[in-house]
Amino acid sequence: MASNSSGDSSSRHQTARHRLSVIAGHLQRPADSNAAVLAVECKAQGTTPNVRTGVRSEGRTVPRRRQEIMKWNGWGYSDSRFLFNKKGQAEFTGKRYRLSGMIIPGLKDWLESTFGASLQHKAPVTPILNSGAVQPPTLNEAFVEELRSTGVPFSHEAEDRVFRSHGHCLHEIFALREGKIGRIPDMVVWPNCHNDVVKIVELACKHNVCLIPYGGGTSVSSALECPPEESRSIVSLDTSQMNRILWIDEKNLTARVESGIVGQDLERLLNESGYCTGHEPDSMEFSSLGGWVATRASGMKKNIYGNIEDLVVHIKMVTPRGVIEKSCQGPRMSTGPDIHHFILGSEGTLGVVTEVTLKIRPMPEYQKYGSVVFPNFEQGVACLREVARQRCAPASIRLMDNEQFKFGHALKPQVSSIFTSFLDGLKKFYITKFKGFDPNHLCVATLLFEGDREKVLQHEKQVYDIAAKFGGLAAGEDNGQRGYIMTFVIAYLRDLGMDYYVIGESFETSVPWDRVLDICRNVKARIVRECKDKGVQFPPLSTCRVTQTYDAGACVYFYFAFNYRGLSDPVHVYEQVEHAAREEVLANGGSLSHHHGVGKLRKEWMRETVSTVGMGMLQSVKDYVDPNNIFGNRNLL
Amino acid sequence: MASKVVYSHRDPMLKKRDDFEDMLEERRATSDLRYALRCYTPALYKGLTPCKSSELKNMVLQSDQLLYVINQVSKETGTSTDEIEAEASAILEEMAHRLQLSTVRFFAFALTKVFKTVFRSICVNEEGIQRLQQAIQEHPVVLLPSHRSYMDFLLMSYILYTYDLALPVIAAGMDFMGMKIIGEMLRMSGAFFIRRSFGGDKLYWAVFSEYVKIMLKNGYAPVEFFLEGTRSRTAKSLTPKLGLLNIVLDPFLKGEVFDVSLVPVSISYERILEETLYARELLGVPKPKESTSGLFKARKILSEDYGSIHVYFGQPVSARSLAEGRVNRSQFNLIPRHIPRKPAEEIQDFVNDSAYRLVRAQEENMVLKPWVLLASLLLQNQAAGNKQGMQLEELTDQAVWLRDLSRQFGAFLHWPDNIPPSKVVSCSLSLHQSLVRISEGRVQLTLEQAGGRAEPGLPLPAVTPEEELLNRAVIILSCASYRNQALHVFIRPALLASAVHAASVNRKQEIFNTFSFLRNMFSDEFILRPGAEVQDFEEACYLLVKSGALQINQQQVLVTDRGHRTLAFLTSILDPFVQGYQMVCRFLCEEVAEGLTEKLFVPAVRKFITKHLLSGRLKYAEVLSSDLQKNALAALLRLGAVQKVRGRGEQGALKVNTVMVNSLEDTLGGKLPTQKPVVARL
Repeated sequence: MASNSSGDSSSRHQTARHRLSVIAGHLQRPADSNAAVLAVECKAQGTTPNVRTGVRSEGRTVPRRRQEIMKWNGWGYSDSRFLFNKKGQAEFTGKRYRLSGMIIPGLKDWLESTFGASLQHKAPVTPILNSGAVQPPTLNEAFVEELRSTGVPFSHEAEDRVFRSHGHCLHEIFALREGKIGRIPDMVVWPNCHNDVVKIVELACKHNVCLIPYGGGTSVSSALECPPEESRSIVSLDTSQMNRILWIDEKNLTARVESGIVGQDLERLLNESGYCTGHEPDSMEFSSLGGWVATRASGMKKNIYGNIEDLVVHIKMVTPRGVIEKSCQGPRMSTGPDIHHFILGSEGTLGVVTEVTLKIRPMPEYQKYGSVVFPNFEQGVACLREVARQRCAPASIRLMDNEQFKFGHALKPQVSSIFTSFLDGLKKFYITKFKGFDPNHLCVATLLFEGDREKVLQHEKQVYDIAAKFGGLAAGEDNGQRGYIMTFVIAYLRDLGMDYYVIGESFETSVPWDRVLDICRNVKARIVRECKDKGVQFPPLSTCRVTQTYDAGACVYFYFAFNYRGLSDPVHVYEQVEHAAREEVLANGGSLSHHHGVGKLRKEWMRETVSTVGMGMLQSVKDYVDPNNIFGNRNLL
Repeated sequence: MASKVVYSHRDPMLKKRDDFEDMLEERRATSDLRYALRCYTPALYKGLTPCKSSELKNMVLQSDQLLYVINQVSKETGTSTDEIEAEASAILEEMAHRLQLSTVRFFAFALTKVFKTVFRSICVNEEGIQRLQQAIQEHPVVLLPSHRSYMDFLLMSYILYTYDLALPVIAAGMDFMGMKIIGEMLRMSGAFFIRRSFGGDKLYWAVFSEYVKIMLKNGYAPVEFFLEGTRSRTAKSLTPKLGLLNIVLDPFLKGEVFDVSLVPVSISYERILEETLYARELLGVPKPKESTSGLFKARKILSEDYGSIHVYFGQPVSARSLAEGRVNRSQFNLIPRHIPRKPAEEIQDFVNDSAYRLVRAQEENMVLKPWVLLASLLLQNQAAGNKQGMQLEELTDQAVWLRDLSRQFGAFLHWPDNIPPSKVVSCSLSLHQSLVRISEGRVQLTLEQAGGRAEPGLPLPAVTPEEELLNRAVIILSCASYRNQALHVFIRPALLASAVHAASVNRKQEIFNTFSFLRNMFSDEFILRPGAEVQDFEEACYLLVKSGALQINQQQVLVTDRGHRTLAFLTSILDPFVQGYQMVCRFLCEEVAEGLTEKLFVPAVRKFITKHLLSGRLKYAEVLSSDLQKNALAALLRLGAVQKVRGRGEQGALKVNTVMVNSLEDTLGGKLPTQKPVVARL
């Protein structure tokens, strides 16, 4: 576990500074140092919305008008994207990431050789949102009138609505790029606090308006898609302005946080006080606390800090029946089924999470990346299994297969000195020639250790010793760190791919240890076979990594992408292949989802996943809590 | 045979079949020694983890499944796990192959010498070989050859070696181990030996199944076994055995491999080496124990002409596509996969159905020689009582007619169209001189003084009528084994023809009922996929309508004028079986006393049938075949007309439901309408 130095405030300050630099290392965004972390109250009444949010948004990433900083038809910040410069070299623009402004020399070759893509063939894209393509809003006038009187800001501008009509599934982004816009919310409201939400939900019930909660918009389960059959007015409830830390309780190491806060803000603000939650899902730049709760999110450092269900101490949720919350903050209770578990994973079907008490930890004193190269994937998995058996997993341990290793390699930025590239050459020579690793089979595990320095080093040795038993060779901090950078830029890469007729996505599952190798092999092979059967003209990229370890199994993450030139309906083909891949996952003992959730994308398999009785239990909760289906996003059930 | 033999088939059923190449041709032209010593570098499975056969044994002994069973047996018997492990190791020792390239090379050399003397050609479809080569690289491969001769598996390995393909490991019956040197040599050429029965022996099963699975999963080598379990003595395909198929499908069903390619291989012999040996075996002369010295005695074979062999490597069948939509693989999610479990009914049905499909695939690619048609015609003529045989011209005419009919039915007939039919017929007849002779322009079976001339081992001049009958039966059964090769082409139309013949009215539904009855009755005799009544009926209707024998509308089935000949032929082809089954029924009703066991059944029924044959009440000597008798009994057991009573003795006595057997006999004889309403309706 992370070290504890909470007594000494100066050392804590130091830790905080270190931690900040680490996060900044990931994100390289100037940290606002003076954002106050105070117990604040919602002052919804009396002040004008504009002024209030202006104050609120200071130091926060996400403004009400997302379009100010984010792409409307792709991932992330408008200023950050991959492109091929005039020399035909790949480059990552902007200043936000470590990779920003760098040349990535290997990417072009990789893209061309992996997918058969060519820079000559660029796919057309709709450059700006055409408001004409957007259906005029169906407004419930009575609702709008009453809402106006509460002073909660709202909008029915086309751009605001389109931004909240989708997550980041391939088909959603593909449609946006083509300029196709289907059913979208009729208006967007920005509550500022719990009480605002209570009012909105009351009004929605009163006027029979459909509410769809919106947090960070990073869903990959079609959860944010508006059901096309919905005839009521659909209101997107954007929690992004509920982004304060209400209090920090240092005695119990907990913090009360509003649900709209996004991961990077939460960590940054806590860091300023010397704390962290340690919850770092790959989407943490944009995903929100409420979204994590609603989907049962998982963070990459869960081995130390736990997944979201381990982190929450208290949840407050507004439902059509009223507010649900526990009366105390006891660390564990035996009071019948845990009502938190009706909320965790409810995917916006029952209500809006407004406030959460989370466990916090002092920031770790020391952090160290690492990596291990294995001769093959089988050995790598055996090593991870042993690490899990001995319960000595580092904060994060991930095993990439050979294709993903090569992918990671292609993302290596241009090296500045001859000496580094010489060293790289030497390393490669050592591994492939001296140790006899086959470059087409070897795979790499990336590691992240956290804690106090001494323990980290000890821990590191323990893990490397285990790895050595499975033929693993330590391969340096750089390789490890690059592996984690990749997870932040991968979504940007998809946009680049789409510029060149390559579409793809990731999906995940969890599976018992004895099935890990089988599921990886079979799902990857199924993807290749399905692509072939469905007429995909080029061999697909089908790759996976073991991304989390547990006592009884692991989480496996698949990437799959192909060049769709020559296909008349690429998205349909894509969906068929993805469907087949999920069938294969289930047939091989994998779960329907480890942390992405079900949404509408994977709904059809819910019954076989949780049994008919299980479905009935969930349905009866829904029927009681929300009899009129106010929270009508139709996820899950 | 000097020129390249390339056969192409125009097929009205539009079954696309590959062309053949004679692989002996090259052998005749080049040095055998150089061939045996040539560089052998087969393409291997992409996921192969190379290992020696000794490492393989360790992998088996350390497998989770085996360790589990060892522990289980230890707990049950109180024996220490060490002892049981030693036992498992001994079993494995007895079982395991020791594939060695040098032995394979020796066989390659020796077999070439033998093959070149005995066979005119060995024809292989090279496209099939290419498909196989592809399949071997992609997925674990299971080779499923048909089994008509001891030659089969040597021939298979020989072909794979010649075409530079990975050599298979072959499941062989333990009886081969009796042949000391040969047994060990077979082992070194890739055979592994399994006991014929090990019903309740958990440990044996675990060792055996794990051994096969590990070889398959690792892509060590293609696994080869015979779906039919044993050599078919009748040349009809046998009801498939499911044990090994279960084992090789298991890794796929449990997700341990992505897919398994099942490759049906059809080996057809123009003349079977064991021809009369089989006939005698079926007549009750026991099978000689395999021995090395026996093999040498068999060397007289070398002086005879056995014509050609056709080996057709079928389209690889993906286990995955067989299971698609049929098996829910997630049923294995909730119990650790290494714990042995009896397969669920769903799986059993699936494996059974797959086995039938694969045997049908073997059947469909069996090359039929003209002689097969001639044998059918001669047997029918013989049964019709024409002791003088047939005029050669008449036989040729009929053969041409049958050739066209069988092609319409989709037979894979090798009838060289560039040679006049009369020549084709006389060529075929000359190859089978031991069974047929031509005198004064008439063709007849060599029934008179049969045993005396050609075959040693039989008493020379038959002294008693029984002995004479036996000698005649040897010839008839040998001929029947050729006719049987074509039965799979005719069986469905023949069942329909018999149903039409038996039906009093033309109503389609009624005819279907009779068809189903017959189909059900004979489902131990022929390869009829369980649950495919309607499909088979429709196929039969389609073929007979297409060949112009029947007209079928919504309600009725009508025989056309020119259809009578076809229907008569088809009915007669089934007739020996119908009468044979009736005989068995009659025997059970009339003769069975208390306490007849299964073991005693065959001799008793044989005696009964001999009596009827001698008295002239029965005209088909082939009913003497123990295969038919056993199949009939199996059918009656299956239908519940006979039951096995677990008695004090080790063998259960047979209890006959006389009423039911009687009514089955009458229904078969067309005296009673089909009684039981069948489940499937059209």
